[in-house]
Amino acid sequence: MFSEEKLNKVKEIIARYPQGKQKSALLPVLHLAQEEFGGWLSAETMDYVASLLQITPIEVYEVATFYSMFNMKPVGKHVFEVCHTGPCMLRGSDNIIDYIKKKLNIGVGETTQDGLFTLKTVECLGACGYAPMMQLGKHFREHLTPEKVDEIINECRAKAN
Amino acid sequence: MGRKLLFDKAHIENIRYYDVYRANGGYDSAEKALKSMTPELVLEEVKKSGLRGRGGAGFPTGLKWSFIAKPEGVPRYLVCNADESEPGTFKDRYLMEFLPHLLIEGLLISSYTLGANSCYIYIRGEYAWIPDILEEAIADAKKNGWLGKNIQGSGFDLEIYVQRGAGAYICGEETALIESLEGKRGNPRIKPPFPAVKGLWDCPTVVNNVETLATVVPILRIGGEEYAKYGIGKSTGTKLISACGNINKPGVYEIEMNISVEEFIYSEEYCGGIANGKRLKACIPGGSSVPILPANLLLKTAKGEPRMMTYESLSDGGFATGTMLGSGGFIVLDEDQCIVKNTLTFARFYHHESCGQCSPCREGTGWMERVLKNIEKGKGKMSDIDLLWDIQRKIEGNTICPLGDAAAWPVAAAIRHFRDEFEWHVLNPEESQVRNFGLAHYADPLEIAAPAAV
Ligand SMILES: Cc1cc2nc3c(=O)[nH]c(=O)nc-3n(C[C@H](O)[C@H](O)[C@H](O)COP(=O)(O)O)c2cc1C
Ligand code: SF4
Ligand code: FES
Repeated sequence: MFSEEKLNKVKEIIARYPQGKQKSALLPVLHLAQEEFGGWLSAETMDYVASLLQITPIEVYEVATFYSMFNMKPVGKHVFEVCHTGPCMLRGSDNIIDYIKKKLNIGVGETTQDGLFTLKTVECLGACGYAPMMQLGKHFREHLTPEKVDEIINECRAKAN
Repeated sequence: MGRKLLFDKAHIENIRYYDVYRANGGYDSAEKALKSMTPELVLEEVKKSGLRGRGGAGFPTGLKWSFIAKPEGVPRYLVCNADESEPGTFKDRYLMEFLPHLLIEGLLISSYTLGANSCYIYIRGEYAWIPDILEEAIADAKKNGWLGKNIQGSGFDLEIYVQRGAGAYICGEETALIESLEGKRGNPRIKPPFPAVKGLWDCPTVVNNVETLATVVPILRIGGEEYAKYGIGKSTGTKLISACGNINKPGVYEIEMNISVEEFIYSEEYCGGIANGKRLKACIPGGSSVPILPANLLLKTAKGEPRMMTYESLSDGGFATGTMLGSGGFIVLDEDQCIVKNTLTFARFYHHESCGQCSPCREGTGWMERVLKNIEKGKGKMSDIDLLWDIQRKIEGNTICPLGDAAAWPVAAAIRHFRDEFEWHVLNPEESQVRNFGLAHYADPLEIAAPAAV
């Protein structure tokens, strides 16, 4: 269940659309729910969102599964989403992915045993000029080098302690 | 220095904040429009400017606006397409991050012209920090009377809302975007009806790119006629180019559409040449979906004329020897890069991003990815190259939306211009795993006979 504050946010989002078009709030509210409820969307979470927007659960499932940013299962605390599309590849993203794999001892799509890190490869994030790069939470980490990756890993570990 | 119309004030510190933007002439264009011009007059200026959509297709903006239906009592909407997901493209991000008020001012003038009282900015979900910047700017504009009710006493009302996508390239296609904005899967609609008649919530809607809408501001500032004097022919004005790949200075540049491709790549003002002293092999000048060209055809057209950074010059020669300006995502490959690998990443991208509605796109993109992967890994056969050609031919033109074409073109162009490199992969399965094909003849002095159109 959302807090009072988040419920107000939901109301504010719904107010952006004409009367009766509250379904338009689905993507923003799913983002909010994913942030609030552990970084992924469980069936309960999606049912809850459906009830908030007065739409059927299936309308939520079919949308949630369409968009790659919605996680349908739990992910690590820190998700490294490394871009490997053309422009990043030209700038050495494969090396960065290999480095992270070795460093964290996981493959793409896997999570470290302590549940701290997940490694994913993603398609172009609109940072091609600052490649190689990855998304980490809300922000982009650009011009990646092995040293920078080390720093980022340490930074995440420090946050966990 | 090339003349700037969008970035002319980008160097001013804190220009992203309202006070600084306003103190430097910001909102003057909006003031002029609201206080001294009718919507029809603004539309005339935009038509005169020759502005063409900056999202990729290059459709004349004024003409597009003139199509909007105006049934009595039905609201109209302006939707700003900030989905920016075409590989190689990152220009709109720059505008929104650093010049948010320029965009808001553009949205205000455009909404006024179209008679839209609500405007939605649909921004790709991964740009997760930018909505905060935009919302702060919207709040400041509102505080200063540029949004809300009865703006500057004009009687015109406008609200702007920011909506985040959630990771789907296809939502950049305007009808998929509208579906997504309605809280649905991003499945493109069959056209007609066009959004100008039946768009968001079945109301008349105009969808324009971020850069297109921001450009309305300088057009009103200097006038449509003056704007049209920038650039060459039908490529009027300036264009943002996001340059990336193996160049010395990747970044977002505003160019006047009158410089050559060669100047853009090699001059210090722009890309600063190829990185690490390497030679230019190939370039995809307009985002991943436009045809790749080898260096020789990139710098000069098949007729031997210098290739210019304009819509017309880049497409000179059609797909046989030309390409497109597209979204301005300018991707440069140096001599060490592998065309097969590069093409594979794009095929994988389009496969990943297909919405799955049409079978040629859904099945064809996956098939192309698999075949390319085999060739890249040294497991391909000669017949695979022809197979790839056949698959892309079967996708092109046979789908609901242009994503199918966008997936087919990069593969077609790679085979058209770099077939020997594909063949080399097949014939040298082991060597191709340890080194790349190299430059071959692509950068040879420019003695090009136009290849037969295929
Ligand atoms: C698959 C696909 C993706 C697209 N992505 C974008 C995009 O990210 N941004 C954009 O402005 N236009 C994109 N477009 C073009 C839009 O459909 C539309 O033509 C454009 O927003 C119109 O604005 P403009 O006339 O100002 O360019 C895309 C088109 C297709 C087919
Ligand atoms: S061409 Fe591809 S992306 Fe476009 S509607 Fe068809 S399946 Fe969907
Ligand atoms: S290709 Fe990686 S951000 Fe565009």
